[in-house]
Amino acid sequence: MSNLSTQELETKFQQKIDANEYIEPKDWMMDKYRYNLIRQISQHAHSEVVGMLPEANWITRAPNLRRKAGLLAKVQDEAGHGLYLYSAAETLGISREELLNQLLTGKAKYSNIFNYPTLTWADIGAVGWLVDGAAIINQVMLQRASYGPYARAMIRICREESFHQRQGFEIMVTLCQGTAEQKAMAQDALNRWWWPSMMMFGPNDKDSPHSSDMAKWRVKRESNDDLRQRFVDRVVPQADFLGITVPDDKLKWNAATQHYDFGEIDWTEFHNVINGNGPCNRERLNARIKAHEDGKWVRDAAVAYANKKRKKAA
Amino acid sequence: MEQKDTQWPLWEVFIQSKSGQPYKHAGSVHAADKELALLNARDVYTRRNEGTSIWVVPAEYIVASTPEEVGPFFDPANDKVYRHPTFYEVPEGVKYL
Ligand SMILES: [Fe+2]
Ligand SMILES: [Fe+2]
Repeated sequence: MSNLSTQELETKFQQKIDANEYIEPKDWMMDKYRYNLIRQISQHAHSEVVGMLPEANWITRAPNLRRKAGLLAKVQDEAGHGLYLYSAAETLGISREELLNQLLTGKAKYSNIFNYPTLTWADIGAVGWLVDGAAIINQVMLQRASYGPYARAMIRICREESFHQRQGFEIMVTLCQGTAEQKAMAQDALNRWWWPSMMMFGPNDKDSPHSSDMAKWRVKRESNDDLRQRFVDRVVPQADFLGITVPDDKLKWNAATQHYDFGEIDWTEFHNVINGNGPCNRERLNARIKAHEDGKWVRDAAVAYANKKRKKAA
Repeated sequence: MEQKDTQWPLWEVFIQSKSGQPYKHAGSVHAADKELALLNARDVYTRRNEGTSIWVVPAEYIVASTPEEVGPFFDPANDKVYRHPTFYEVPEGVKYL
């Protein structure tokens, strides 16, 4: 219907974004925008889904009913987050099946953080506190991303996330106010989860290949390093409250910048885990594949039942 | 039509947050039939009492206006200021109008 040239469409598209308006599924959009968004939203969805695995690992071993109910509700929320995000990705013209295939064949990536193991109960505290804490910082930014369905999914997700972080922090508080052994467990969890959480914000700005287009399109409204700094500034006082130590000897308050200075991330480890050599990469993928295969009879039964009813009605 | 596709048909979900409020689009779910669509919508979109009532509608039955025609499509309403109360003059001192 449109008789505008591609150049004119691109200009109008960018003007709309710059005017803080939203792009909706049927609107004209650049191919590169569509492609990058499908990649980002689906990676995000996969992360929510795979992210259930390390925590689900502790549901049956939660120390009491209060903790178990909380953890179960949190993991259920993460399933919901995955579903909101798959729906958002589908509005860009990719099918649910294709998205799942990309995950199960190992073609798609998900957040590196979920390739680390949850070894003790304190890890469930650390994950809620640090991993959900880092995710919230990223997701709050995305609530105003230019793609309408993505932004709306983020608003819904952010409303649910704060409970996740609080339940994690409450676990940490309890352990840190417990016996010396419990406090050591909390410290050990912080030691293991600190750097992987810092890595969640991605490469340093100077090495971040996808950032500039996504910034121009108002998807990434703040840089990796800025978001990481916000995380450090928020979390360090919380660790101080707990009385445990962040495993970074370069970490210190800088009165001049009014921020914490911190040490360099081990980027070799980061790339190793991305490239499939983290502690749990294979285990996570296999667990997802097994869950998908084990669920096949349920999917088949639902379809058979729906078909039968349709025939009866006809 | 027979379903083979394991991703199931798509349903759009509308939720009424409180009695008396209009239904608002919340998102979508996949489900094999309408009963499952309703249950999935409940589990995905109302885990914290976000709604008192849900509609699920097969996505294929939703008809939408096209963004390219936004101008001509809504244009009939553009020059009709006389549809608004502010268009009419009320004499000074007259109340309840
Ligand atoms: Fe989540
Ligand atoms: Fe979460």
